[in-house]
Amino acid sequence: MKTRRAWRDTAVGILLLAVMLFPLYWIVNVSLQRGASAAGTDWFPTDPDLSGYRTALREQGGHLVTSLLIGVGSALFSVLVAAPAAYVLAQFRSRWITAVLFAVLISQMVPGIVVANALYTAYEDLGLLDSVPGLILADSTAGIPFAILVIRAFMMGLPRAVVEAARIDGAGHFRTFVSVVLPMSVNAVVTAALFAFLFAWGDFLFALTLTTTGQVHPVTLGLYQYIGSYVADWSTVMATAVLSSIPAVLLLAVAQRYVAAGATAGAVK
Amino acid sequence: MAEPTPVVAVRGGGQGNSARRRARAAQVLFLAPAVVYIVLFFGYPAVKNMTMSVQDYTTRAFITGEAPWIGLDNYADVVSSSIFSKAVLNTVLFTAGSIVGQFVIGMLLALFFRRRFPLNAVMRSLLLLPWLVPLIVSGTVWRWILDQDGGVLNQTLRGLGLVEANPGWLTSPSLALVAVVVVNIWIGIPFNTTILYGGLQEIPKEVHEAAALDGAGRWREFWAITWPLLRPVVTVALVLGVVYTLKVIDIILALTDGGPANASQTIATQSYQLSFQQFQFGQGAALSNLLIVVSLVFAGIYLWLNRRAVDE
Repeated sequence: MKTRRAWRDTAVGILLLAVMLFPLYWIVNVSLQRGASAAGTDWFPTDPDLSGYRTALREQGGHLVTSLLIGVGSALFSVLVAAPAAYVLAQFRSRWITAVLFAVLISQMVPGIVVANALYTAYEDLGLLDSVPGLILADSTAGIPFAILVIRAFMMGLPRAVVEAARIDGAGHFRTFVSVVLPMSVNAVVTAALFAFLFAWGDFLFALTLTTTGQVHPVTLGLYQYIGSYVADWSTVMATAVLSSIPAVLLLAVAQRYVAAGATAGAVK
Repeated sequence: MAEPTPVVAVRGGGQGNSARRRARAAQVLFLAPAVVYIVLFFGYPAVKNMTMSVQDYTTRAFITGEAPWIGLDNYADVVSSSIFSKAVLNTVLFTAGSIVGQFVIGMLLALFFRRRFPLNAVMRSLLLLPWLVPLIVSGTVWRWILDQDGGVLNQTLRGLGLVEANPGWLTSPSLALVAVVVVNIWIGIPFNTTILYGGLQEIPKEVHEAAALDGAGRWREFWAITWPLLRPVVTVALVLGVVYTLKVIDIILALTDGGPANASQTIATQSYQLSFQQFQFGQGAALSNLLIVVSLVFAGIYLWLNRRAVDE
Protein backbone atom coordinates (compact mmCIF):
# COMPACT_ATOMS: atom_id res chain seq x y z
CA MET A 1 0.00 0.00 0.00
CA LYS A 2 2.59 2.41 1.17
CA THR A 3 4.93 1.83 -1.74
CA ARG A 4 2.08 2.14 -4.19
CA ARG A 5 1.26 5.55 -2.85
CA ALA A 6 4.92 6.51 -3.03
CA TRP A 7 5.08 5.56 -6.71
CA ARG A 8 1.91 7.47 -7.39
CA ASP A 9 3.60 10.51 -5.85
CA THR A 10 6.57 9.92 -8.12
CA ALA A 11 4.25 9.94 -11.10
CA VAL A 12 2.67 13.20 -9.96
CA GLY A 13 6.15 14.63 -9.42
CA ILE A 14 7.24 13.72 -12.93
CA LEU A 15 4.14 15.37 -14.32
CA LEU A 16 4.76 18.57 -12.36
CA LEU A 17 8.37 18.56 -13.42
CA ALA A 18 7.40 18.05 -17.04
CA VAL A 19 5.23 21.16 -16.91
CA MET A 20 7.91 23.20 -15.15
CA LEU A 21 10.71 22.12 -17.45
CA PHE A 22 8.72 22.27 -20.67
CA PRO A 23 10.25 25.60 -21.77
CA LEU A 24 13.72 24.12 -21.35
CA TYR A 25 12.71 21.08 -23.37
CA TRP A 26 11.37 23.44 -25.99
CA ILE A 27 14.76 25.15 -26.30
CA VAL A 28 16.42 21.84 -27.07
CA ASN A 29 13.61 20.72 -29.34
CA VAL A 30 13.59 23.86 -31.47
CA SER A 31 17.39 23.96 -31.60
CA LEU A 32 17.37 20.58 -33.35
CA GLN A 33 14.83 21.43 -36.03
CA ARG A 34 16.00 22.92 -39.25
CA GLY A 35 14.79 26.44 -39.92
CA ALA A 36 12.11 26.30 -37.25
CA SER A 37 9.89 29.24 -38.00
CA ALA A 38 6.40 30.61 -38.13
CA ALA A 39 4.92 27.52 -39.75
CA GLY A 40 4.80 25.88 -36.35
CA THR A 41 7.17 23.52 -34.63
CA ASP A 42 6.97 19.75 -34.25
CA TRP A 43 6.69 18.43 -30.72
CA PHE A 44 9.69 16.18 -31.15
CA PRO A 45 12.89 16.56 -33.15
CA THR A 46 12.16 13.46 -35.22
CA ASP A 47 14.68 14.48 -37.85
CA PRO A 48 17.39 16.11 -35.75
CA ASP A 49 19.55 18.56 -37.55
CA LEU A 50 22.64 20.27 -36.19
CA SER A 51 22.82 23.19 -38.60
CA GLY A 52 21.43 25.52 -35.92
CA TYR A 53 24.42 24.67 -33.75
CA ARG A 54 26.85 25.18 -36.60
CA THR A 55 25.48 28.63 -37.26
CA ALA A 56 25.37 29.42 -33.55
CA LEU A 57 28.98 28.43 -33.04
CA ARG A 58 30.06 30.40 -36.06
CA GLU A 59 28.19 33.53 -35.04
CA GLN A 60 28.40 33.28 -31.25
CA GLY A 61 31.54 31.21 -30.62
CA GLY A 62 33.65 34.26 -29.85
CA HIS A 63 30.93 35.67 -27.62
CA LEU A 64 30.82 32.41 -25.67
CA VAL A 65 34.57 32.71 -25.06
CA THR A 66 34.09 36.29 -23.86
CA SER A 67 31.38 35.15 -21.46
CA LEU A 68 33.64 32.36 -20.24
CA LEU A 69 36.47 34.81 -19.55
CA ILE A 70 34.15 37.14 -17.68
CA GLY A 71 32.61 34.29 -15.71
CA VAL A 72 35.91 32.79 -14.64
CA GLY A 73 37.31 36.21 -13.83
CA SER A 74 34.33 37.15 -11.72
CA ALA A 75 34.33 33.79 -9.91
CA LEU A 76 38.00 34.12 -8.94
CA PHE A 77 37.70 37.77 -8.01
CA SER A 78 34.54 37.21 -5.94
CA VAL A 79 36.03 34.38 -3.92
CA LEU A 80 39.31 36.21 -3.42
CA VAL A 81 37.52 39.22 -1.99
CA ALA A 82 34.79 37.32 -0.15
CA ALA A 83 36.61 34.47 1.62
CA PRO A 84 38.79 36.53 4.01
CA ALA A 85 35.88 38.83 4.78
CA ALA A 86 33.58 35.88 5.41
CA TYR A 87 36.11 34.46 7.86
CA VAL A 88 36.17 37.61 9.96
CA LEU A 89 32.38 38.01 9.73
CA ALA A 90 31.90 34.42 10.89
CA GLN A 91 34.45 34.16 13.65
CA PHE A 92 34.67 37.56 15.30
CA ARG A 93 32.25 39.96 16.90
CA SER A 94 32.39 43.71 17.21
CA ARG A 95 30.25 46.67 16.33
CA TRP A 96 32.27 47.30 13.17
CA ILE A 97 31.95 43.74 12.02
CA THR A 98 28.20 43.85 12.47
CA ALA A 99 28.11 47.08 10.47
CA VAL A 100 29.99 45.42 7.59
CA LEU A 101 27.57 42.51 7.65
CA PHE A 102 24.66 44.96 7.40
CA ALA A 103 26.35 46.61 4.46
CA VAL A 104 26.66 43.25 2.72
CA LEU A 105 22.97 42.47 3.25
CA ILE A 106 21.91 45.93 2.04
CA SER A 107 24.19 45.78 -0.98
CA GLN A 108 22.30 42.75 -2.27
CA MET A 109 19.24 44.93 -2.57
CA VAL A 110 20.65 47.79 -4.60
CA PRO A 111 18.97 47.56 -8.01
CA GLY A 112 21.34 46.74 -10.86
CA ILE A 113 20.10 49.70 -12.87
CA VAL A 114 21.32 52.07 -10.14
CA VAL A 115 24.78 50.54 -10.31
CA ALA A 116 24.74 50.57 -14.11
CA ASN A 117 23.64 54.20 -14.22
CA ALA A 118 26.54 55.39 -12.07
CA LEU A 119 29.15 52.98 -13.40
CA TYR A 120 28.51 54.05 -16.97
CA THR A 121 29.72 57.57 -16.28
CA ALA A 122 32.58 56.39 -14.06
CA TYR A 123 33.66 53.76 -16.61
CA GLU A 124 33.53 56.35 -19.35
CA ASP A 125 36.07 58.45 -17.43
CA LEU A 126 38.24 55.48 -16.49
CA GLY A 127 38.20 53.88 -19.93
CA LEU A 128 36.57 50.72 -18.58
CA LEU A 129 33.62 50.70 -20.98
CA ASP A 130 33.83 47.82 -23.47
CA SER A 131 36.41 45.96 -21.43
CA VAL A 132 36.50 42.51 -19.91
CA PRO A 133 37.92 43.73 -16.58
CA GLY A 134 35.19 46.35 -16.40
CA LEU A 135 32.49 43.71 -16.82
CA ILE A 136 34.21 41.34 -14.36
CA LEU A 137 34.17 44.08 -11.72
CA ALA A 138 30.56 45.05 -12.40
CA ASP A 139 29.29 41.45 -12.58
CA SER A 140 30.85 40.73 -9.21
CA THR A 141 28.19 42.96 -7.64
CA ALA A 142 26.10 39.78 -7.68
CA GLY A 143 28.91 37.38 -6.82
CA ILE A 144 30.63 39.10 -3.92
CA PRO A 145 27.76 39.64 -1.45
CA PHE A 146 26.45 36.18 -2.27
CA ALA A 147 29.88 34.58 -1.78
CA ILE A 148 30.38 36.38 1.52
CA LEU A 149 27.06 35.11 2.87
CA VAL A 150 27.50 31.53 1.66
CA ILE A 151 31.06 31.18 2.91
CA ARG A 152 30.25 32.93 6.18
CA ALA A 153 27.29 30.63 6.83
CA PHE A 154 29.63 27.68 6.42
CA MET A 155 32.48 29.11 8.46
CA MET A 156 30.16 29.78 11.36
CA GLY A 157 29.85 26.03 11.68
CA LEU A 158 33.61 25.37 11.81
CA PRO A 159 34.63 23.71 15.07
CA ARG A 160 35.98 26.52 17.14
CA ALA A 161 38.50 24.26 18.86
CA VAL A 162 40.39 23.67 15.61
CA VAL A 163 40.70 27.35 14.78
CA GLU A 164 41.77 28.16 18.32
CA ALA A 165 44.27 25.32 18.43
CA ALA A 166 46.00 26.62 15.32
CA ARG A 167 46.36 30.00 16.89
CA ILE A 168 47.63 28.68 20.16
CA ASP A 169 50.24 26.75 18.17
CA GLY A 170 51.53 30.15 17.25
CA ALA A 171 50.14 30.41 13.74
CA GLY A 172 49.42 34.00 12.77
CA HIS A 173 45.98 35.03 11.57
CA PHE A 174 46.99 34.83 7.95
CA ARG A 175 48.45 31.34 8.31
CA THR A 176 45.50 30.09 10.33
CA PHE A 177 43.22 31.31 7.57
CA VAL A 178 45.20 29.90 4.65
CA SER A 179 46.30 26.56 6.04
CA VAL A 180 43.48 25.69 8.46
CA VAL A 181 40.27 27.60 7.73
CA LEU A 182 40.35 27.62 3.93
CA PRO A 183 41.05 23.89 3.46
CA MET A 184 38.17 23.11 5.80
CA SER A 185 35.86 25.41 3.83
CA VAL A 186 36.63 24.16 0.34
CA ASN A 187 33.03 23.12 -0.30
CA ALA A 188 31.61 26.51 0.56
CA VAL A 189 34.28 28.31 -1.44
CA VAL A 190 33.66 26.15 -4.48
CA THR A 191 29.90 26.66 -4.21
CA ALA A 192 30.37 30.41 -4.00
CA ALA A 193 32.74 30.41 -6.97
CA LEU A 194 30.35 28.34 -9.11
CA PHE A 195 27.49 30.70 -8.37
CA ALA A 196 29.60 33.78 -8.98
CA PHE A 197 30.54 32.27 -12.33
CA LEU A 198 26.91 31.63 -13.14
CA PHE A 199 25.82 35.16 -12.22
CA ALA A 200 28.51 36.71 -14.39
CA TRP A 201 27.87 34.26 -17.23
CA GLY A 202 24.16 35.06 -17.17
CA ASP A 203 24.56 38.78 -16.68
CA PHE A 204 22.66 40.81 -19.19
CA LEU A 205 22.11 44.26 -17.71
CA PHE A 206 25.78 45.22 -17.38
CA ALA A 207 26.62 43.66 -20.72
CA LEU A 208 23.90 45.80 -22.22
CA THR A 209 24.74 49.07 -20.49
CA LEU A 210 28.52 48.99 -20.09
CA THR A 211 29.38 48.11 -23.67
CA THR A 212 28.93 50.55 -26.51
CA THR A 213 31.03 49.45 -29.44
CA GLY A 214 30.52 45.70 -29.60
CA GLN A 215 34.24 44.98 -29.09
CA VAL A 216 33.39 43.05 -25.94
CA HIS A 217 30.24 41.09 -26.55
CA PRO A 218 29.01 38.44 -24.06
CA VAL A 219 26.68 35.77 -25.41
CA THR A 220 23.68 37.11 -23.48
CA LEU A 221 23.94 40.20 -25.63
CA GLY A 222 24.17 38.00 -28.70
CA LEU A 223 20.87 36.36 -27.78
CA TYR A 224 19.24 39.71 -27.13
CA GLN A 225 20.27 40.97 -30.53
CA TYR A 226 18.88 37.84 -32.17
CA ILE A 227 15.45 38.40 -30.67
CA GLY A 228 15.63 42.17 -31.08
CA SER A 229 14.81 41.88 -34.74
CA TYR A 230 12.53 39.61 -36.70
CA VAL A 231 13.70 36.05 -36.16
CA ALA A 232 13.73 34.00 -39.33
CA ASP A 233 15.66 31.05 -37.96
CA TRP A 234 14.75 30.04 -34.42
CA SER A 235 16.93 26.94 -34.48
CA THR A 236 20.11 29.06 -34.39
CA VAL A 237 18.69 31.22 -31.60
CA MET A 238 17.73 28.18 -29.56
CA ALA A 239 21.06 26.48 -30.25
CA THR A 240 22.70 29.57 -28.79
CA ALA A 241 20.32 29.33 -25.82
CA VAL A 242 21.33 25.70 -25.30
CA LEU A 243 25.02 26.60 -25.41
CA SER A 244 24.39 29.43 -22.94
CA SER A 245 22.68 27.02 -20.56
CA ILE A 246 25.47 24.45 -20.44
CA PRO A 247 27.14 25.96 -17.35
CA ALA A 248 23.86 25.84 -15.40
CA VAL A 249 23.35 22.18 -16.30
CA LEU A 250 26.96 21.32 -15.48
CA LEU A 251 26.70 23.11 -12.15
CA LEU A 252 23.63 21.13 -11.24
CA ALA A 253 25.20 17.86 -12.33
CA VAL A 254 28.50 18.41 -10.56
CA ALA A 255 27.53 20.36 -7.46
CA GLN A 256 23.93 19.32 -7.01
CA ARG A 257 23.88 19.23 -3.25
CA TYR A 258 25.58 22.61 -2.89
CA VAL A 259 23.15 24.37 -5.16
CA ALA A 260 20.15 24.12 -2.85
CA ALA A 261 22.38 25.02 0.08
CA GLY A 262 23.60 28.06 -1.81
CA ALA A 263 20.07 29.10 -2.72
CA THR A 264 18.99 29.18 0.90
CA ALA A 265 22.20 30.69 2.27
CA GLY A 266 22.57 33.70 0.04
CA ALA A 267 19.60 33.89 -2.25
CA VAL A 268 20.23 36.47 -4.92
CA LYS A 269 19.22 36.86 -8.57
CA MET B 1 20.23 30.23 8.09
CA ALA B 2 20.45 30.95 11.77
CA GLU B 3 23.02 28.46 12.91
CA PRO B 4 24.63 28.57 16.29
CA THR B 5 27.60 30.87 16.13
CA PRO B 6 30.89 29.86 17.65
CA VAL B 7 32.51 33.08 18.67
CA VAL B 8 36.23 32.79 18.87
CA ALA B 9 37.35 35.15 21.54
CA VAL B 10 40.06 37.51 20.50
CA ARG B 11 42.98 36.48 22.61
CA GLY B 12 43.33 39.16 25.18
CA GLY B 13 43.70 39.21 28.91
CA GLY B 14 47.06 37.73 29.74
CA GLN B 15 48.62 38.45 26.38
CA GLY B 16 48.06 42.13 26.79
CA ASN B 17 47.41 44.80 24.21
CA SER B 18 49.79 43.94 21.41
CA ALA B 19 48.11 40.60 20.64
CA ARG B 20 44.75 42.28 20.63
CA ARG B 21 46.02 45.01 18.37
CA ARG B 22 47.50 42.44 16.00
CA ALA B 23 44.17 40.61 15.92
CA ARG B 24 42.39 43.86 15.18
CA ALA B 25 44.84 44.67 12.39
CA ALA B 26 44.35 41.23 10.87
CA GLN B 27 40.57 41.66 10.92
CA VAL B 28 40.84 45.01 9.18
CA LEU B 29 43.14 43.58 6.51
CA PHE B 30 40.82 40.64 5.89
CA LEU B 31 37.77 42.85 5.59
CA ALA B 32 39.44 45.61 3.60
CA PRO B 33 39.01 44.24 0.05
CA ALA B 34 35.32 43.52 0.59
CA VAL B 35 34.70 46.88 2.23
CA VAL B 36 36.52 48.77 -0.53
CA TYR B 37 34.55 46.86 -3.16
CA ILE B 38 31.22 47.54 -1.46
CA VAL B 39 32.02 51.24 -1.14
CA LEU B 40 33.05 51.54 -4.80
CA PHE B 41 30.37 49.38 -6.40
CA PHE B 42 27.37 49.96 -4.15
CA GLY B 43 28.10 53.05 -2.05
CA TYR B 44 29.45 55.17 -4.86
CA PRO B 45 26.62 54.32 -7.30
CA ALA B 46 24.01 55.09 -4.65
CA VAL B 47 25.56 58.50 -3.94
CA LYS B 48 26.29 59.21 -7.61
CA ASN B 49 22.70 58.43 -8.44
CA MET B 50 21.62 61.05 -5.94
CA THR B 51 23.81 63.75 -7.42
CA MET B 52 22.95 62.82 -11.01
CA SER B 53 19.27 63.10 -10.20
CA VAL B 54 19.62 66.82 -9.42
CA GLN B 55 21.80 67.55 -12.45
CA ASP B 56 21.03 68.11 -16.08
CA TYR B 57 22.89 64.94 -16.97
CA THR B 58 22.52 64.22 -20.67
CA THR B 59 24.94 63.30 -23.43
CA ARG B 60 26.09 66.90 -23.42
CA ALA B 61 27.45 66.35 -19.91
CA PHE B 62 29.81 63.72 -21.27
CA ILE B 63 31.16 66.02 -23.94
CA THR B 64 31.46 69.25 -21.98
CA GLY B 65 32.16 67.55 -18.67
CA GLU B 66 29.62 69.82 -17.07
CA ALA B 67 26.24 68.88 -15.71
CA PRO B 68 24.50 71.94 -14.33
CA TRP B 69 22.56 71.71 -11.10
CA ILE B 70 18.84 71.86 -11.79
CA GLY B 71 17.34 71.04 -8.43
CA LEU B 72 14.31 68.80 -8.55
CA ASP B 73 13.50 69.33 -12.22
CA ASN B 74 14.33 65.73 -13.10
CA TYR B 75 11.93 64.46 -10.48
CA ALA B 76 9.25 66.84 -11.70
CA ASP B 77 9.78 65.74 -15.31
CA VAL B 78 9.71 62.07 -14.42
CA VAL B 79 6.65 62.25 -12.21
CA SER B 80 4.65 64.44 -14.58
CA SER B 81 5.44 62.22 -17.55
CA SER B 82 2.43 60.34 -18.86
CA ILE B 83 4.28 57.05 -18.50
CA PHE B 84 4.96 57.47 -14.79
CA SER B 85 1.61 56.51 -13.32
CA LYS B 86 1.41 53.59 -15.72
CA ALA B 87 4.88 52.42 -14.75
CA VAL B 88 4.06 52.66 -11.04
CA LEU B 89 0.84 50.72 -11.48
CA ASN B 90 2.61 48.13 -13.63
CA THR B 91 5.37 47.78 -11.05
CA VAL B 92 2.84 47.15 -8.30
CA LEU B 93 0.90 44.65 -10.41
CA PHE B 94 4.04 42.94 -11.68
CA THR B 95 5.51 42.62 -8.19
CA ALA B 96 2.32 41.57 -6.44
CA GLY B 97 1.33 39.13 -9.19
CA SER B 98 4.78 37.59 -9.37
CA ILE B 99 5.14 37.22 -5.60
CA VAL B 100 1.70 35.72 -5.03
CA GLY B 101 2.11 33.27 -7.90
CA GLN B 102 5.66 32.23 -7.03
CA PHE B 103 4.89 31.88 -3.38
CA VAL B 104 1.66 29.91 -3.62
CA ILE B 105 2.98 27.49 -6.25
CA GLY B 106 6.34 27.28 -4.47
CA MET B 107 4.60 26.44 -1.21
CA LEU B 108 2.44 23.76 -2.82
CA LEU B 109 5.49 22.18 -4.43
CA ALA B 110 7.46 22.36 -1.18
CA LEU B 111 4.63 20.61 0.67
CA PHE B 112 4.45 18.02 -2.07
CA PHE B 113 8.18 17.30 -1.94
CA ARG B 114 7.95 16.71 1.81
CA ARG B 115 6.42 13.36 1.05
CA ARG B 116 8.77 10.45 0.69
CA PHE B 117 8.82 8.91 -2.72
CA PRO B 118 11.39 7.55 -5.18
CA LEU B 119 13.36 10.15 -7.18
CA ASN B 120 12.29 12.95 -4.85
CA ALA B 121 15.80 14.41 -4.46
CA VAL B 122 16.60 14.21 -8.19
CA MET B 123 13.39 15.98 -9.08
CA ARG B 124 14.02 18.71 -6.55
CA SER B 125 17.38 19.51 -8.05
CA LEU B 126 16.08 19.39 -11.63
CA LEU B 127 13.42 21.85 -10.54
CA LEU B 128 16.21 24.38 -9.92
CA LEU B 129 17.11 24.57 -13.61
CA PRO B 130 14.77 27.42 -14.56
CA TRP B 131 16.42 29.47 -11.83
CA LEU B 132 19.95 28.67 -12.97
CA VAL B 133 19.80 29.26 -16.71
CA PRO B 134 20.50 32.85 -17.76
CA LEU B 135 17.41 35.05 -17.59
CA ILE B 136 17.88 36.08 -21.17
CA VAL B 137 17.65 32.40 -22.19
CA SER B 138 14.33 32.07 -20.36
CA GLY B 139 13.14 35.28 -21.95
CA THR B 140 14.14 34.05 -25.39
CA VAL B 141 12.34 30.72 -25.23
CA TRP B 142 9.20 32.20 -23.72
CA ARG B 143 9.19 34.77 -26.48
CA TRP B 144 8.99 31.96 -28.99
CA ILE B 145 6.51 29.90 -26.96
CA LEU B 146 4.21 32.91 -26.67
CA ASP B 147 4.73 34.08 -30.24
CA GLN B 148 1.42 35.06 -31.77
CA ASP B 149 1.66 33.12 -35.00
CA GLY B 150 4.33 30.46 -34.59
CA GLY B 151 4.32 29.93 -30.85
CA VAL B 152 3.50 26.53 -29.42
CA LEU B 153 0.99 27.97 -26.96
CA ASN B 154 -1.30 29.37 -29.62
CA GLN B 155 -0.64 26.33 -31.79
CA THR B 156 -1.97 24.17 -28.94
CA LEU B 157 -4.87 26.42 -28.01
CA ARG B 158 -5.95 26.50 -31.64
CA GLY B 159 -5.58 22.75 -31.93
CA LEU B 160 -7.84 22.28 -28.92
CA GLY B 161 -10.33 24.72 -30.38
CA LEU B 162 -10.03 27.05 -27.40
CA VAL B 163 -9.31 30.19 -29.39
CA GLU B 164 -10.30 31.38 -32.81
CA ALA B 165 -8.00 34.28 -33.43
CA ASN B 166 -4.48 33.96 -32.05
CA PRO B 167 -4.09 36.02 -28.88
CA GLY B 168 -1.04 38.27 -29.08
CA TRP B 169 0.36 37.43 -25.68
CA LEU B 170 3.30 39.77 -26.05
CA THR B 171 1.92 42.17 -28.63
CA SER B 172 -1.48 43.07 -27.25
CA PRO B 173 -1.53 45.88 -24.67
CA SER B 174 -4.09 44.05 -22.55
CA LEU B 175 -2.12 40.79 -22.37
CA ALA B 176 1.55 41.78 -22.29
CA LEU B 177 1.75 42.46 -18.55
CA VAL B 178 -0.02 39.19 -17.73
CA ALA B 179 2.41 37.28 -19.94
CA VAL B 180 5.42 38.93 -18.32
CA VAL B 181 4.08 38.12 -14.86
CA VAL B 182 3.49 34.48 -15.78
CA VAL B 183 7.04 34.10 -17.05
CA ASN B 184 8.45 35.75 -13.95
CA ILE B 185 6.40 33.42 -11.77
CA TRP B 186 7.90 30.49 -13.65
CA ILE B 187 11.39 31.80 -12.96
CA GLY B 188 10.70 32.41 -9.26
CA ILE B 189 9.09 29.06 -8.41
CA PRO B 190 12.36 27.12 -7.91
CA PHE B 191 13.73 29.66 -5.45
CA ASN B 192 10.50 29.74 -3.43
CA THR B 193 10.18 25.96 -3.43
CA THR B 194 13.76 25.51 -2.26
CA ILE B 195 13.65 28.06 0.53
CA LEU B 196 10.23 26.91 1.78
CA TYR B 197 11.20 23.25 1.54
CA GLY B 198 14.27 24.04 3.65
CA GLY B 199 12.02 25.70 6.21
CA LEU B 200 9.61 22.77 6.27
CA GLN B 201 12.47 20.35 6.90
CA GLU B 202 13.38 22.29 10.04
CA ILE B 203 10.01 21.55 11.62
CA PRO B 204 10.44 18.47 13.82
CA LYS B 205 8.60 15.39 12.59
CA GLU B 206 7.13 14.75 16.05
CA VAL B 207 5.01 17.90 15.78
CA HIS B 208 3.21 16.50 12.78
CA GLU B 209 2.87 13.09 14.33
CA ALA B 210 1.29 14.64 17.40
CA ALA B 211 -1.13 16.55 15.23
CA ALA B 212 -2.05 13.39 13.35
CA LEU B 213 -2.68 11.61 16.65
CA ASP B 214 -4.94 14.43 17.76
CA GLY B 215 -6.93 13.78 14.64
CA ALA B 216 -6.28 17.13 12.99
CA GLY B 217 -6.99 17.05 9.28
CA ARG B 218 -4.32 18.13 6.79
CA TRP B 219 -5.88 21.52 6.21
CA ARG B 220 -6.12 22.29 9.91
CA GLU B 221 -2.68 20.88 10.58
CA PHE B 222 -1.20 23.22 7.97
CA TRP B 223 -2.80 26.37 9.36
CA ALA B 224 -2.49 25.48 13.04
CA ILE B 225 1.01 24.01 13.06
CA THR B 226 3.02 24.24 9.86
CA TRP B 227 2.22 27.85 8.97
CA PRO B 228 3.04 29.42 12.38
CA LEU B 229 6.27 27.46 12.63
CA LEU B 230 7.21 28.36 9.07
CA ARG B 231 6.44 32.04 9.43
CA PRO B 232 10.06 33.31 9.76
CA VAL B 233 11.01 31.55 6.52
CA VAL B 234 7.84 32.77 4.83
CA THR B 235 8.65 36.36 5.72
CA VAL B 236 12.18 36.10 4.38
CA ALA B 237 10.94 34.49 1.15
CA LEU B 238 8.32 37.19 0.66
CA VAL B 239 10.46 40.20 1.51
CA LEU B 240 13.41 39.02 -0.59
CA GLY B 241 10.93 38.18 -3.33
CA VAL B 242 9.64 41.75 -3.37
CA VAL B 243 13.11 43.29 -3.36
CA TYR B 244 14.31 41.08 -6.20
CA THR B 245 11.15 41.48 -8.23
CA LEU B 246 11.21 45.27 -8.01
CA LYS B 247 14.52 45.36 -9.85
CA VAL B 248 13.70 42.87 -12.60
CA ILE B 249 14.72 44.26 -15.97
CA ASP B 250 16.18 41.44 -18.06
CA ILE B 251 13.02 39.44 -18.45
CA ILE B 252 10.85 42.37 -19.43
CA LEU B 253 13.39 43.67 -21.94
CA ALA B 254 13.71 40.21 -23.48
CA LEU B 255 9.96 39.61 -23.72
CA THR B 256 8.39 42.95 -24.57
CA ASP B 257 10.93 45.76 -24.17
CA GLY B 258 8.32 47.32 -21.91
CA GLY B 259 5.77 47.53 -24.70
CA PRO B 260 3.48 47.48 -26.49
CA ALA B 261 2.71 51.14 -25.79
CA ASN B 262 4.33 50.85 -22.34
CA ALA B 263 1.83 48.15 -21.35
CA SER B 264 4.56 46.24 -19.49
CA GLN B 265 6.78 49.18 -18.59
CA THR B 266 7.89 49.18 -14.94
CA ILE B 267 9.88 51.74 -12.97
CA ALA B 268 13.03 49.68 -13.48
CA THR B 269 12.66 49.30 -17.25
CA GLN B 270 11.58 52.91 -17.66
CA SER B 271 14.67 54.00 -15.74
CA TYR B 272 16.81 51.90 -18.07
CA GLN B 273 15.20 53.43 -21.12
CA LEU B 274 15.56 56.98 -19.87
CA SER B 275 19.25 56.50 -19.15
CA PHE B 276 20.45 54.22 -21.88
CA GLN B 277 18.10 54.82 -24.78
CA GLN B 278 17.15 58.46 -24.38
CA PHE B 279 20.43 59.34 -22.62
CA GLN B 280 18.56 61.31 -19.98
CA PHE B 281 20.82 60.05 -17.22
CA GLY B 282 19.51 62.61 -14.73
CA GLN B 283 15.93 61.52 -15.20
CA GLY B 284 16.88 57.86 -15.19
CA ALA B 285 18.69 58.40 -11.91
CA ALA B 286 15.70 60.22 -10.41
CA LEU B 287 13.43 57.33 -11.29
CA SER B 288 15.79 54.67 -10.01
CA ASN B 289 16.12 56.62 -6.76
CA LEU B 290 12.42 56.01 -6.23
CA LEU B 291 13.19 52.34 -6.74
CA ILE B 292 15.92 52.52 -4.12
CA VAL B 293 13.59 54.13 -1.60
CA VAL B 294 10.98 51.41 -2.02
CA SER B 295 13.67 48.70 -1.90
CA LEU B 296 15.16 50.23 1.22
CA VAL B 297 11.82 50.13 2.99
CA PHE B 298 11.61 46.43 2.29
CA ALA B 299 15.30 45.96 3.06
CA GLY B 300 14.63 47.59 6.42
CA ILE B 301 11.83 45.14 7.08
CA TYR B 302 14.11 42.29 6.07
CA LEU B 303 16.96 43.37 8.33
CA TRP B 304 14.59 44.01 11.20
CA LEU B 305 13.17 40.54 10.84
CA ASN B 306 16.65 39.09 10.49
CA ARG B 307 18.15 41.08 13.34
CA ARG B 308 18.52 38.07 15.56
CA ALA B 309 20.51 36.21 12.92
CA VAL B 310 22.85 39.19 12.67
CA ASP B 311 23.22 40.13 16.32
CA GLU B 312 23.08 36.73 17.92
